[in-house]
Amino acid sequence: MLELKDLHAEVEGEGIEILKGVNLTVTKGEIHAIMGPNGSGKSTLAKVVAGHPEYEVTKGDILFNGESILELDPDERAHAGVFLAFQYPVEVPGVTNNTLLRESYNTIAASRGREEMDPLEFDDYIREKLDLVEMNPDFLERSVNAGFSGGEKKRNEIFQMAVLQPTLSLLDETDSGLDIDALKIVSQGINKLHGDDDAVVLITHYQRLLNYIVPDQVHVMIGGRIVKTGGKELALELEERGYDWLESLATVNGEAK
Amino acid sequence: MSETKALESMIGEDYKYGFSTDVEYEDFPKGISEDVVRLISAKKNEPEWMTEFRLKAYRAWTEMEEPSWFNATYKKPKFDTLQYYSAPKNKPKLDSLDDVDPNIRETYEKLGIPLDEQKMLSGVAVDAVFDSVSIFTTFKEKLAEAGVIFCSISEAIKNHPELVKKYMGSVVPIRDNFYAALNSAVFSDGSFCYVPKDTICPMELSTYFRINNMNSGQFERTLIIAEENSHVSYLEGCTAPMYDENQLHAAVVELIALDDAEIKYSTIQNWYAGDEDGKGGIYNFVTKRGACRGKNSKISWTQLETGSAVTLKYPSVILQGDNSVGEFFSVAVTSKRQQADTGTKMIHIGKNTKSTIISKGISAGNSNNSYRGEVKISKKAENARNYSQCDSMLIGQTCGAHTFPYIESANPTGKVEHEATTSRVGEDQIFYLQQRGISEDDAISLIVNGFCKEVLKELPMEFAVEANKLLGIKLEGSVG
Ligand SMILES: Nc1ncnc2c1ncn2[C@@H]1O[C@H](COP(=O)(O)OP(=O)(O)OP(=O)(O)O)[C@@H](O)[C@H]1O
Ligand SMILES: [Mg+2]
Repeated sequence: MLELKDLHAEVEGEGIEILKGVNLTVTKGEIHAIMGPNGSGKSTLAKVVAGHPEYEVTKGDILFNGESILELDPDERAHAGVFLAFQYPVEVPGVTNNTLLRESYNTIAASRGREEMDPLEFDDYIREKLDLVEMNPDFLERSVNAGFSGGEKKRNEIFQMAVLQPTLSLLDETDSGLDIDALKIVSQGINKLHGDDDAVVLITHYQRLLNYIVPDQVHVMIGGRIVKTGGKELALELEERGYDWLESLATVNGEAK
Repeated sequence: MSETKALESMIGEDYKYGFSTDVEYEDFPKGISEDVVRLISAKKNEPEWMTEFRLKAYRAWTEMEEPSWFNATYKKPKFDTLQYYSAPKNKPKLDSLDDVDPNIRETYEKLGIPLDEQKMLSGVAVDAVFDSVSIFTTFKEKLAEAGVIFCSISEAIKNHPELVKKYMGSVVPIRDNFYAALNSAVFSDGSFCYVPKDTICPMELSTYFRINNMNSGQFERTLIIAEENSHVSYLEGCTAPMYDENQLHAAVVELIALDDAEIKYSTIQNWYAGDEDGKGGIYNFVTKRGACRGKNSKISWTQLETGSAVTLKYPSVILQGDNSVGEFFSVAVTSKRQQADTGTKMIHIGKNTKSTIISKGISAGNSNNSYRGEVKISKKAENARNYSQCDSMLIGQTCGAHTFPYIESANPTGKVEHEATTSRVGEDQIFYLQQRGISEDDAISLIVNGFCKEVLKELPMEFAVEANKLLGIKLEGSVG
C-alpha cells in the first residue's frame, strides 16, 4: 500500500535535510508504529507523505498503491485515501466541524465517483461516527479545533478519520494529550475502523498505546532514518533502554554520503 | 505545482466583468465649468431650483481642497479633462424594455442582471444605471401598488420635487467634503426610493451600477426615505470594464429614517481593481450617510468591498432620534495593488442610542487595507453605547492592514467597547484543509468565509450566495 524508497526531504528553499533516506513498506491490513527521539523526523515523514509544501523531496520516491504520488497536491493525496491525524491540529475559526467534514466527505466522494450526501443524510451518517469515539454532538457546530482542549483536538482528528474512511491513516502522536479513559476509547475506535483493506501508521512515544493497538511492526527513527525494525516487543525494549543504544546505528550507516 | 495552478487562475477567472459594451454616446464636452454644470442640468430638463443647487455646489467645490489625509497613494484624477456626463445616444428612458438598446440589455444579461422581469430573481426590483443614466427600473407597478416609489433620481426630480427638495443635501450637505461637493454639482443619475408610513416594502430594491465609457466619471446620487414605521432593504452592485486608465466614481448616498423606520442598505462592490502592477481600476470615493431622524429608527450598512483600485468610503449614521440604532457590517478585501481606506462614523446625539461596528479586513498580494472608525458621543446623548470589533486577516507576506479607531465622548454615561485582532492565513491552515481533501482555493475560500461569517449573514439572502462566490474568485490564487 505504502512504499517509501530512500526518501530524502529538506525544508523547501533552506537546504536543511530532515529525512535522510527512509525506507518503509506498509502492506494492506497492517499496523505499523514509528517511535524515536524528539526531532528525529517522524512528523516530517508524515507530512511529506501527505504532501506538505514546506518540504521538498530531493531524492527517492513515495509509492501509494504502486504509484508515485510525489506530483500530487495534498488534496489529491487525500482523495487517493491518505489521511493524516496531526500532532498539532490546526484551528480554523468560523468554519464548523460539520461544514468542514461535509465539504471534505463530498469532495472525496466525488473524486472517487461515489454519491455525495445531502445535509440530512450526512447528519445521520456523522452521528454514527460521533458515537464511535464517544464525542459530544456539540462539537459539530463548533469551529474546527478553535478553543478545543489538547485532548479534544486529538479525539476530533480520529473522529474525522472515522468520517472520511481513508485507506492509509498516519496518526501522529494521537495518544499524547489524551487522558486514560479517552486513550482507551480512541484506541478502540481506531481498532474498529481498521480492517483488511486499510493500513495504519502510528507515531508514538509511548509503549502504552501499543497495548491497545497492537502493531505488526515497530520502527525506530533516528536522525531522519529508520534505524531498526522489529515486532511489538521492540517497543518494550525501547521503554526500558531508551534510544542511546541505537544512536550508533544512526551514525554508522549515516554520514557516509 | 500549486504555483502554476495559482497562476492559471489568476490569468483565467480573474475579473469576469471586465468587458466593455459598444454603444454610441451623446456628445458632451470634457472638463468642468459653470457652463458644463448648467448643460448637465439642461440635458436633464431640470427645474430651476435643481440647477441652482448644482451651481451652489460647484462654486463651493472650486474653493475646496482635494483631501489627502487617508492611507493611500494614487495619481490624482484630472478634473479638467474628465467627462462629467455620459449618456448612450439611444434613449430617452423608456417604459418598455423593448426600447432599451439591445447592446445595453445584453450587457446586463452578461452581468447576470437580466432586466426582463420574468427572468429576474423574484422578490428583487432593479434600477439599472449605465454610465450616467438610469436605463430601466423593474417591478415599478408592483411597488406602486404598495405605495413605494422606486425610480431614477432624475424622474424623482421631475415627479416628486417636494420630496427631493426637502431631503436632498439634508444628510450630506453640499459642502460636506470635496467629492460630495463635486457630486452635488454634476451628479447624473442614481436611484430614488420613498417608502410611505406604515409600509413594509414588498421586495428587495436594488441598483446595479455599470461604468462603461472609458473617459467618463460616474457620479450617482441615491436618496432613500423611510417614513414613520416603514421598512426597506436596498442593495447596490457595481462593476466596470477593465481599462488602463483610472476612472473616478464619486457617489453620494443619503438615507433618512423617521420614527420607528428601518433602512437596511447593502453593497456588493466589485469595480475593476486594476492589474497586477496597479495599472487602471476605479477610484471609489463615495460619501454614504444615513440619518436616524426619528425615535427608535434604525439604519444598517452592510458592505462587501472587493473591487476598485482605491477605495475611500465611510458609510456613517447620525443617531439623532432617541433609542435609534446604527449598524455597520463590513468586509473589505484587497489584493494585488489595491488600496482601501474604509470604515464608518457613528455620531450619537439622541438618548439611549446604540451602534455596532463589525469590520473584517482581508489583505492579500501587495495590497493595503485600512479601517478607520469614528465613534462620537455628544453631550446630550445619555446612555449611548457602541460596540466595535475590527478584525484583520493577512494572506501572504507583502500586504498591509491597519486600524485607526477614533473615540470621542462628551457624555460620561456613554459606553464604548473596542476590540481588534489581526491574524494570518497560514500555510498550515491551508495544508490542514487540503489534507482533508479540499482544494487550495476552496480552502482559502472556507477560511475567509469563516472569518467574515458575522458580516456575510447580514446580507439579504438572495445575494449571500453571490457574495460567497465573489470572495472565492477574488482570492483565488492569492497564496502560491
Ligand atoms: N520548517 C522547518 N524548518 C526548520 N527545521 C525544521 C522544519 N520542520 C522540521 N524541522 C526540524 O526537523 C527535525 C524533525 O522534526 P519533526 O517535527 O519531524 O520531529 P519529530 O520526530 O516529529 O519530533 P517530536 O517527537 O518532538 O514530535 C527537527 O529538528 C525540527 O526542528
Ligand atoms: Mg512530531
